[in-house]
Amino acid sequence: MQIVQLVISGLAQGCIYGLIALGFVLIYKATETVNFAQGELMMIGAFAGLFAATTLGLPYWLVILAAMAATALIGLAIERVVLQPILGHPAFSIVMVTIGLSYMARGLVTMIPVVGTDTHALPVPFRGEIFRLGTLVISAEHIVIIAATIVLCGLLAAMFHYTKVGIAMQAMSQNQLAAYYMGIPVKRLSGLIWGISAAVAAIAGILLAPLTFVHANMGLIGIKAFPAAVIGGFTSLPGAIVGGLIIGVVESLAGFYLMEGFKDVAAFVVVLLMLVFKPTGLFGETARKKV
Amino acid sequence: MRFIFKTRYEQDINLIQHNGQLFWYGLLIVALLAIPAAASPYLLTQMSQMLIYTIIAFGLMLLAGFTGQMSLGHAAFMAVGAYTEAVLAIAGWPFFLSVAASGLLAAIVGVIIGLPALRVKGLYLGIATLAFGTIVEEVIARAEHVTGGNAGLMVPPIQLFGLRFADGPAFYYLCLGFAIAAALVLINLLRSPTGRAFVAIRDSEISAQSMGVHLATYKTLSFSISAAFAGVAGALYAHNIRFLSPDQFTVVQSIELLMMVVIGGLGSIHGAAFGAIFLIALPQVINAVKPLMPSALAEATGLQPTIFGMMLILTVLFEPLGIYGAWLKLKAYFDLFPFYRKGMFRRQKAFQKSDRLK
Repeated sequence: MQIVQLVISGLAQGCIYGLIALGFVLIYKATETVNFAQGELMMIGAFAGLFAATTLGLPYWLVILAAMAATALIGLAIERVVLQPILGHPAFSIVMVTIGLSYMARGLVTMIPVVGTDTHALPVPFRGEIFRLGTLVISAEHIVIIAATIVLCGLLAAMFHYTKVGIAMQAMSQNQLAAYYMGIPVKRLSGLIWGISAAVAAIAGILLAPLTFVHANMGLIGIKAFPAAVIGGFTSLPGAIVGGLIIGVVESLAGFYLMEGFKDVAAFVVVLLMLVFKPTGLFGETARKKV
Repeated sequence: MRFIFKTRYEQDINLIQHNGQLFWYGLLIVALLAIPAAASPYLLTQMSQMLIYTIIAFGLMLLAGFTGQMSLGHAAFMAVGAYTEAVLAIAGWPFFLSVAASGLLAAIVGVIIGLPALRVKGLYLGIATLAFGTIVEEVIARAEHVTGGNAGLMVPPIQLFGLRFADGPAFYYLCLGFAIAAALVLINLLRSPTGRAFVAIRDSEISAQSMGVHLATYKTLSFSISAAFAGVAGALYAHNIRFLSPDQFTVVQSIELLMMVVIGGLGSIHGAAFGAIFLIALPQVINAVKPLMPSALAEATGLQPTIFGMMLILTVLFEPLGIYGAWLKLKAYFDLFPFYRKGMFRRQKAFQKSDRLK
């Protein structure tokens, strides 16, 4: 029973990693840029939620929507102001720009007077409630995280398969130039993708908030989402979630059964093994190039 | 303006191209030698630190700027060097032996991390080195009987020929000697066939391979040389700070090292030195300017990372060759004085094909 308990809490944590990794994959698939500031977008989303909940006093579901909208706008703005000008430059410079963004986000958040470097608690309606299933004890936070992830994935999948925008995005992720020639507004879509991935990050932030509190450095968890994205294959949306779940469960089990300290490196050991044996990941597509 | 008319191949690879260079670099070295006469002890420690970062920047420039390999775990190599030095110094090894051991051990670790790097490229390599950096950080924190863990480790001062190189001018001169040696090693490496192979790999792996460059060998070599630089610098760092703890060698530190190289100017040796100066000088400049700012802004803890991040973004957006690029433009302006035109350094949009298919 112990192990089931650990797996469930691992799955909940893994959902967070998966959601952040989903943001990486969305952006990488569509625009071939890697956003090192994804964790910071999550942090911004959590703070937006905090602001909506405490200062504006909105109900929980409105808090989520408000945070999503605010973060999506920030994502759009980042894409327009910083990334459009260097579109098409080597991956290295884009990585450096997003690293710079993550630094700025962390610094700017601590510069807001009431926020500072303190930790804040996001009020949630289900705090502290637990459910008993036989000998299992499951907290409401974990159930909400898992349920929200499932709903969100369903929505995203539906969008990519049944809406015009989604199908256009799929086309764009296969070949940007060809998509452009077919009349797909590639520039506008890449902005939209950044908005969507920022909104996903905001949800991750709000879901994570009851577990770890809201603080300026919570975005560093984004570093752990890289392994999740790599394990799933960097170009696969379901892969990101599966990778996140794997990382979450491995971490949870390593934290209990192995020595102290293994919990923090388990994700990175797994990703190193993955890179050595199967660099394309579990669901990664192997792209071949004709010369 | 100076014209150099080259008639022989040797002129192209000369260490010193013309007498002007000899004069200015000579002047620079004289100035660096004279600094201890005028500087306060605090400034001298900062100068030593700057020279140490210059050595790391040389190594990272070789890897990132000249071989085109991304490393997000360079602080780990520094940590390997620093802890090796500290442990050996406590065991009573003479300095030159222990610093060689530090460099060698870091190089070996560099080979180990270079091996998975053969299979992955670009972004994946960045993540592999990130993973490696995190693992090393955790290993240091856990191997308490060797490294002191989170409680930290005190490093004894250097004993050489019965002299104490603890701090002050003596240690500064030691760092200066190592920095100059590192610069010479890097320059000589870059004008050798090995260096040209590195640059070929950076520009196009496929072309390099078809010209007979063995990718695996040269990538691993680049990793290990770069790691050795970081290891030696880490050894000096241990003596300069004299207290080591795992939180000095985090992933954030690695990213800052990479920032240093990018802001200084990717792909130039001068850029490495400029980056190190920037990294050390920026906090000092911010501190100096603080009294002029409104107190709410000056007291904020996030001021330094914000400025750092902003500088990085502005560099990549507007001056991709970093501080060195700006310096080149300035020089060209004065060289060509009445004839400088605005569009001379305009960037071409270099659309490259899909990165995934490389």
